[in-house]
Amino acid sequence: MTDRFIIPARLRLTSIVLMVIGIVVILAGAVSLLGSTGPDAQFDKTRFWIVLLHNSVYFVLIALACVFIQAASSLAHGAWLVAYRRVPEAIGANVWVFGLIALIVLFAIVFGFQIDGHNPIFHWVNPHGDEILEHKAPFLNKTMFAVFSLITVVLWSYFGKKFQRISLEQQTAPKNATKNYFKFMKFAALFLIVYALTQMSITPWFWLMSIDAHWYSTMYSWYTFASAFVSGMALISLWVVYLKNQGNLELVSREHIHDLGKLQFAFSIFWTYVWFCQYMLIWYGNIPEETTYFKMRQQGPYSIIWYATFIINFVSPILILMSRPSKRNYFTLTFMGLMILFGHWLDFYIMVMPGPLGSHWHLGWYELGVLAGFSGLMMFTVSRTLAKHDLVPQNNVLLKEAILHVS
Amino acid sequence: MAVKKFAVAAYDDEDVLFPAVHSLRNSGYKLHDVYTPFPVHGLDVALGQKETDLHIAGFIFGLAGTATALGFMSWIFTKDWPINFGGKPHLSIPAFIPITFELTVLFAAVGMVLTFCYINQLMPGVKKHVFHPRQTDDLFIAAIELTDGTSEQEVIDYLKTTGAVETNIQIAEEGWWFGRYDVAEDYETNPQEALLRSRRIEAELHG
Repeated sequence: MTDRFIIPARLRLTSIVLMVIGIVVILAGAVSLLGSTGPDAQFDKTRFWIVLLHNSVYFVLIALACVFIQAASSLAHGAWLVAYRRVPEAIGANVWVFGLIALIVLFAIVFGFQIDGHNPIFHWVNPHGDEILEHKAPFLNKTMFAVFSLITVVLWSYFGKKFQRISLEQQTAPKNATKNYFKFMKFAALFLIVYALTQMSITPWFWLMSIDAHWYSTMYSWYTFASAFVSGMALISLWVVYLKNQGNLELVSREHIHDLGKLQFAFSIFWTYVWFCQYMLIWYGNIPEETTYFKMRQQGPYSIIWYATFIINFVSPILILMSRPSKRNYFTLTFMGLMILFGHWLDFYIMVMPGPLGSHWHLGWYELGVLAGFSGLMMFTVSRTLAKHDLVPQNNVLLKEAILHVS
Repeated sequence: MAVKKFAVAAYDDEDVLFPAVHSLRNSGYKLHDVYTPFPVHGLDVALGQKETDLHIAGFIFGLAGTATALGFMSWIFTKDWPINFGGKPHLSIPAFIPITFELTVLFAAVGMVLTFCYINQLMPGVKKHVFHPRQTDDLFIAAIELTDGTSEQEVIDYLKTTGAVETNIQIAEEGWWFGRYDVAEDYETNPQEALLRSRRIEAELHG
């Protein structure tokens, strides 16, 4: 049997409309925010760039989480992902799109954004006169940033594409041939090393933590990973439910959907665990250099978003996704998927905004418009990739086990 | 102590057991239970057993753990024995969270194990009737509950058609009891009388 996904006109139209909204909003932002001359001109200009950074980093990391889940599950001989593996593959194959945008934005900020001789987002670009930043300069400088960012994005894009290519080679291979299976495992093992050294350590330091360059936390990369991973699972489950409702993915049953629900539930708790670890150590230590980070976020102007992320990302998943029927129900899973995606978008928001913007934060037309643009791009690119190939992983060694899977 | 009459069938192959269970459920006989020497995947579904409610018990135990930990620590550190830890407020919720988390897990885990043992009638000293000595060795045993009107020969013949390697009729206690087998199983010495007494008690209780 074959299973082709034909992009519905409504989906194509929605994604294009969202992308047009995004482009229009970015252009309007370029005119009104970058051209701002009022007393808050500095914050308006910063807002233009920081929102682009927030969204591009968030989207590249959740797309990358879909590459990671393929690698992790294939190394564990997991059959449960095989029934809908075209979905994470399609998202992973588009890592390059979001990686490219993130690179452009990051390089524009590091190399091209200056106000009165200093960089309002990445203070370490001009460390002169700042003892802490001068001390960190051997690691935290423009060259290191550019080289690391370039290498990571190239590697991520390569593995995202490569995983899809190896998986598609199996379509024409002899039935149950294991050559590609073990080839995939080799690349998956390599990718895990890359992932551990980038997303789980260096990348969040450079891209996100260095916004608050005086502050550091050893939990930060884990925390970013947890956030990105649970959002990636939510993204996969939204696509799977969407494809099921379009009449595709006949092999996927409630048992597979249940697994995605479990992962979202478990990693929402994991996110809270890491989130609280980072908070509690700093709260207990009570060292002024460290507590400034949370002073701003928890008690300062951001406290409403701080508590909102806690409720959306922890309280609601634990209560709504706890019972078995709700993990197997399309409505609750879709609802929670959207909640989790938005909640972790807010979580990334609170990671990046307080440093450069302080109390001049907004959650208005520009932020939501850019989010709409990136969502449209995600829908557009992933649906195009999905439509290119057969959704059934033909001749896959684990296909039979995947069909019989009971969660 | 309800003593009942059972028809017992022994199967020696999973591939025979599943069609047999399917056929037994459709036959109209009352399938009491199936005993297997190891967990057979899918048998609970084949038997039509409903989803367990154990996780609801787990949730309640977890809530009890959370409440115990938070309540107890709040009381100790504000009322009973307030101590100044590094200038922190007496009611420092973040410091309580790890202990609350651990106690939630502990209560949920221990409570669920005990609940599991209770609903499965597992406890030191609990005795149950064993339908076949090899049900913990290499045979799958299906027990069918019989009424007065059932023809024993008909049931045995039917069980043989489902592929049973061994069949017999037993009068047995369906529940569990404390104590020793030889003392409690008075139906072993005079099974017919025990059965009749059980029927009489049941008739008095339920009209």
